[in-house]
Amino acid sequence: MRGRNATPAIPDPTIPPRSRARPRDRRCILASATLILSSSPPEGHGGNAAMMGSEVAFGFDSPPETEEMESLALSDAPPTVSSLPAAISASSDGDLFISPPSALHFPLSSTASGDGGDPAPSTASSFLDPPSYADIVFSPFDSQNGDDDNGADNGSMLRRDSSPRSTRAARSDYLKISVSDPNKEQETVNSLVPGGGTYFTYLITSQMRFGSAANGDGESEPVEFSVRRRFRDVVTLADRLAEGYRGFCIPPRPDKSVVESQVMQKNEFVEQRRSALEKYLWRLAEHPVIGMSDELRVFLQAKGKLPLPTTTDVASRMLDGAVRLPKQLFGEGAAAQVAPQEVVQPAKGGRDLLRIFKELKQAVTIEWGGVKPLLVEEDKEFLAKKEKMQDLELQLSTASQQAEALVNAQQDVGETMGEMGLAFIKLAKFETDQGIYNSQRIRATDTKNVATAAVKASRLYRELNAQTVKHLDTLHEYLGLMLAVNNAFSERASALLTVQTLMSDLTTLNIRIDKLEAASSKIFGGDRSRLRKVEELRETIKVTEDAKSCAIREYERIKENNRNELDRLDQERKDDFLSMLKGFVINQVGYSEKVANVWATVAEETSSYARGNS
Amino acid sequence: MSALGGGGGALRNASTALAISSTESFAGTPSCHTKRVRRPPGSFYWLHAVTPAPPLDTTTLKQLVFVSDYAESMIPPEIGPPKSSSQSPRSPSGAPFLSISVTDPVKLGNGVQAYISYRVITKTNLPEFQGPEKIVIRRYSDFVWLHDKLADKYKGIFIPPLPEKSAVEKFRFSAEFIEMRRQALDIFVNRIASHPELKQSEDLKTFLEEDEEAMERIRSFETGIFKKPADLLQMFKDVQTKVTDVVLGKEKPVEETDPEYEKLKHYIFGLEDHLTETQKQAVRLVKRHRELGQSLSEFGKAIKLLGACEGDSLGKVFAELGSKSELLSIKLQKEAHNLLMNFEEPLKDYVRCVQSIKDSFSHRANAFRLHCELTETTKLKEINLEKLNLMRSDKTREAEIEYRELKAESEEATRRFETIIKRMNEEIVRFQEQKTAEMGLAFHLFAKGQAKLANDIADAWRSVLTKIEAYSLSSGHD
Repeated sequence: MRGRNATPAIPDPTIPPRSRARPRDRRCILASATLILSSSPPEGHGGNAAMMGSEVAFGFDSPPETEEMESLALSDAPPTVSSLPAAISASSDGDLFISPPSALHFPLSSTASGDGGDPAPSTASSFLDPPSYADIVFSPFDSQNGDDDNGADNGSMLRRDSSPRSTRAARSDYLKISVSDPNKEQETVNSLVPGGGTYFTYLITSQMRFGSAANGDGESEPVEFSVRRRFRDVVTLADRLAEGYRGFCIPPRPDKSVVESQVMQKNEFVEQRRSALEKYLWRLAEHPVIGMSDELRVFLQAKGKLPLPTTTDVASRMLDGAVRLPKQLFGEGAAAQVAPQEVVQPAKGGRDLLRIFKELKQAVTIEWGGVKPLLVEEDKEFLAKKEKMQDLELQLSTASQQAEALVNAQQDVGETMGEMGLAFIKLAKFETDQGIYNSQRIRATDTKNVATAAVKASRLYRELNAQTVKHLDTLHEYLGLMLAVNNAFSERASALLTVQTLMSDLTTLNIRIDKLEAASSKIFGGDRSRLRKVEELRETIKVTEDAKSCAIREYERIKENNRNELDRLDQERKDDFLSMLKGFVINQVGYSEKVANVWATVAEETSSYARGNS
Repeated sequence: MSALGGGGGALRNASTALAISSTESFAGTPSCHTKRVRRPPGSFYWLHAVTPAPPLDTTTLKQLVFVSDYAESMIPPEIGPPKSSSQSPRSPSGAPFLSISVTDPVKLGNGVQAYISYRVITKTNLPEFQGPEKIVIRRYSDFVWLHDKLADKYKGIFIPPLPEKSAVEKFRFSAEFIEMRRQALDIFVNRIASHPELKQSEDLKTFLEEDEEAMERIRSFETGIFKKPADLLQMFKDVQTKVTDVVLGKEKPVEETDPEYEKLKHYIFGLEDHLTETQKQAVRLVKRHRELGQSLSEFGKAIKLLGACEGDSLGKVFAELGSKSELLSIKLQKEAHNLLMNFEEPLKDYVRCVQSIKDSFSHRANAFRLHCELTETTKLKEINLEKLNLMRSDKTREAEIEYRELKAESEEATRRFETIIKRMNEEIVRFQEQKTAEMGLAFHLFAKGQAKLANDIADAWRSVLTKIEAYSLSSGHD
């Protein structure tokens, strides 16, 4: 719980150091004044505590403090409203947008928070925010979940919030996975595209819960591994997993997005990719099967260049994948049980193009010819589930779109509120500078109070939005996962197709044998060549039978995987959705209350105007 | 005072004197803002002292009669401190009151001819009015008529601004636009009715009491016959001034150089910029509220459908979240409307008021130019007359008459100019006080609305939270 407070302690990066470097005593005055403000409801208009609080905060009356007003208006507030994305990427605020594990040992975050000056939570808040708010900005709304009872002994890992996920992570083999230190490197082969010759590598640090088996040191101290990987290596890992774990819902990897890298600010892009990678690796590690896979371990632990072979293009990848199947078919070991040394070795050998064509033909026959295959998908429960999943995917896609629209709209309200606050600040400043009449001064003060409230509200909106993004991100995540589910389904379908192809092969072969036998039986003593042919065919049938039973086993395994995965997903999804709703609602309530407080104060201060009227 | 030495020089002296005196009076104000800033009467003393008042002949007299009637109405009955708008005279039953309401907008006519008419209800105990209550039907152009009449007669007073002429054709008859305009018109007449000078205007009485046909007649008569010549006259005068400028070799029309006035102008122009920006943001904020409302409602629908996929009791939680989203969407739309009426509109009105102040700047500039020209011409005539007197020419008498006419005219111009200055000095105080009160109210309503909205949001989600917790317990999670 304590650990979580590290996030709010990070000073608002949008406040320039100048405004923070005020004498400590003034800050104390401010703190006490604003504490009064938050504790006792101000009555009316006069020089009460609330007025005093904002006076001090803005330094409106006493001349030496006007420069603070300046710094608020000119240097502080603009980033508030304009450069949100920059602030995200430039600092650990990124945490807010990226859900699970980014708070873990992420060097960038600690350096970013280090440059902000005072690390103590009580002083690090912006001077617009009363200190009493500052330290509850992030923690309380999530901590009310209170049910992450899964062992405080996991140390740093518990900094991850959103309870169901952390429980899941606790089950994973990995204690820690972090992606950090993006480093630009030069491609050895010069590219013709300008700027295309460089790429980034990331330092991936991981720690296994129990001593790594590869190290052979049993259950001793957890060993930490650090490797450097580039995005291409991640693509390789994803491909290997896709081949090796048919029927599983393998978490989808981040997109390659070539165009974006050129359009986007370099730093922003790198940071986004970094966090996406970290998230991806965590998802893999959390997966009950893939988390224990050798592929992942090799990726995370093998020193030097990634030993998993790189596949260069789609066509060869397809062929490469196809190559593995005959091996399985002829009993050379199932794909799901690839020995670690085999993962390390690149797959070589012939390309069974014939098989692809056969299966294609089979698929066409079933689809167009109306021939009923010998084996069909009969699992009613599965079919119902599949349909449900498709429906879910559709609704998820709408919901995630709407969530995005909502987040954008919320963002816009916050930003416009901030811009209006800024305009009011300028107006108040102008009125103060030009002020001749007392009434003008009063108005300037009122304006300034409203402006302050608007800026405060704008910040709250922004924080709320960051949280909303975090929570509603679950929708996006599941939409991505649907892709994995579909992949798992199509693996099942293609395995079925393989079985069907082999079965129809067998039928053909049997018919041919029957024909040959019938033909040879007419000739007394048998037709030698025909008999030889029959022998050959029988041999083929035997092999094909073996292949068929292999394929059926594979199909059954995939079916089993599918079912397990669906059950797992159902449960996880319920947990995740519940925690999403909870998080979303709690944050909405929390921040709305704060916004309400901000405005209620202003309403109270200005209530004298309402009495004269109405 | 060697004012006779040269017209221009004396003039400059005068304005410096004015500058000094008004600076002094301004310096005292901040501590006691209710005290009227009054220019010391001596500022233009030299003008009166130079020439003894000549006997008036008939033509001048006629002119003066017209003018004095005009001038009389300009002079406020009590030259005390202006009543601050907060202590408005409605409260005690015995005290004189005049309250007007603009209600019941009704669309009349068809197509291009269509317009909105309003019911204007006057309630008063003032003896000048026909009775305690009077109801008339007025349309927007009647309000324009009243505004233009007042603007023409009460130069220097910041005439309360009217709402904009017309919005985009598409929105002209939208309920929101009509209501906004009705509110603005209501404020417009009531501001006039509570203004110490404007409320005594005959035109206001005409506007409030004449029946529809008479009103129509007056309006068409004046816009047809009275108004155009006035414009023409002004145009003619402008041309004349320009010609004189060229003849006398003056490079530019004279401008006031009073630093205090410069400062005021600077302030008003700056204020307009700031306000326009602020109002623009307020408009956007209204729009953003609407958009957020829209998104929330669509989000709610999507969440409901998603919940339907989940089925069971988790689905119910989704449905709850969805319907609360839709509920909040409605609240947001309502708040957007409130924001528009209670916050954005007052800001827009603020901008309009500032623009009305700018109008009085141009009136003041015109009056000043006329005053300078006449003063100068009078001086030339005087010199000429003295020459003639010395020569004992036959033309002396004729010249003297001409001189006296001119002198009276010049004095009149000076008085008008001074009246404008005096009024503006009073008006600016009134303006500041009024705006402080109005903006204070707008701020209050804005803050109250936002607080209520935020509370509604918090409440709605809190109720969902209880559902979620109930679900967590029932499904035995963790």
